[in-house]
Amino acid sequence: MTKSDTSTPAADADGIHRRGFLECMTWAGTGILWSLSGGLPSGLGLGSALAAEPAKAFTFLQISDSHVGFDKPANPDALSTLREAVARIRTLKEKPAFMIHTGDISHLSREKEFDDADQIVKEAGLPVFYVPGEHDLLDDGQGKAYLDRYGKGSKGAGWYSYDHDGVHFIALVNVVELKAGGLGNLGTEQLEWLESDVAGLPSSTPIVVFAHIPLWTVYPEWGWGTSDGLQALAYLKRFGSVTVLNGHIHQVMQKVEGNVTFHTARSTAFPQPAPGSAPSPGPLKLPAAELRKSLGIATVNFVRGSQPLAIIDQPLEG
Amino acid sequence: MRQPITQLPALRSNPATALFAATLLALALALAARPVAAGEEVTVSIDNFTFNPAEVTVAPGTTVTWVNNDDIPHTIVDKKQAFRSKVLDTEGKYSFTFNTAGDFTYFCSLHPHMTGKVVVKPAG
Repeated sequence: MTKSDTSTPAADADGIHRRGFLECMTWAGTGILWSLSGGLPSGLGLGSALAAEPAKAFTFLQISDSHVGFDKPANPDALSTLREAVARIRTLKEKPAFMIHTGDISHLSREKEFDDADQIVKEAGLPVFYVPGEHDLLDDGQGKAYLDRYGKGSKGAGWYSYDHDGVHFIALVNVVELKAGGLGNLGTEQLEWLESDVAGLPSSTPIVVFAHIPLWTVYPEWGWGTSDGLQALAYLKRFGSVTVLNGHIHQVMQKVEGNVTFHTARSTAFPQPAPGSAPSPGPLKLPAAELRKSLGIATVNFVRGSQPLAIIDQPLEG
Repeated sequence: MRQPITQLPALRSNPATALFAATLLALALALAARPVAAGEEVTVSIDNFTFNPAEVTVAPGTTVTWVNNDDIPHTIVDKKQAFRSKVLDTEGKYSFTFNTAGDFTYFCSLHPHMTGKVVVKPAG
């Protein structure tokens, strides 16, 4: 509401100072804790969020880009850092209502990778809502393995919606039928579904949308955006509070535009460079001691009657 | 540079102009993509999310092999579905033999901003 940063994704719009952010960037593999307050999301540092949000209606957790199976120098054991992220979730004082995984569960869509990921994620003891990343659709059936495992009750390539305590959650898939030279893509069928999915909702309903690739254009040169993301957002324009949660870029970025807050989560596997800061978006190799500071989870708190939805990014270490 | 030369500078009686024109012609021929002969092998390497070289010109019957040198998997997918590789992990390879003439624009289905082109045309 107060910020309109339309051109540059602000890495520190969530109140984390640059120095703190860079320090966070030194761990590997955490998550984001999201807090919904009266429908409006806002990013807070972990400490201040815990202090300022005494009346949480509920909390949910975001985890992303676990890339189970990745074993390259940037993180030789992505399974271990996922395990550490889940261990971190288990230490949260307030148990989240559920968890969302914003894609790239596996690295190469192999059954064993999905099996290993499921085994560890299960240890969090939370219901999990998934969307696929492009790395989850690499089986011979181009996504059949994902849908068989995670797609029950979903439509099309795996999109769906659900409600939790008055908040409407929409899980979108923007990693199928990508076009040469293009960005992430939702497609006509999914957009039509989205339009009808929200048609009957009062505009006061808080909306949380999650998908793998950022729905807003972060950096088209690296494909970090969704070609028809704006059309999806147009269907959500009338809602007072829209929170968009994504992964894919393996780093925290936040932007607030009107009633919409965009946020990307860290990976639990390996960090990627800031847009344009490297020749390619390939894995960022950090000193071993620094890796866990750039991985993480996120928690989100929803508090009815107070304004913002608080998003707390937590690194695995630091 | 790789467009067919449709207009050449007119050769006039002036020897300097003629020499200039001949030089231009030689230069144009040298720069024009020369198809790799049939049966030869061509390798396209993938480095830093880029196909290298981004465009190759080959004769029909040539096999093109892609090699992934990145720490991230990639795929090779023809825009018109003539070919589609499985996922190539680091050091993974994919080969396709081009038997028919034409332009084949391809991309990585994981990172669609990565595009390349294979031009298949009979040698000289």
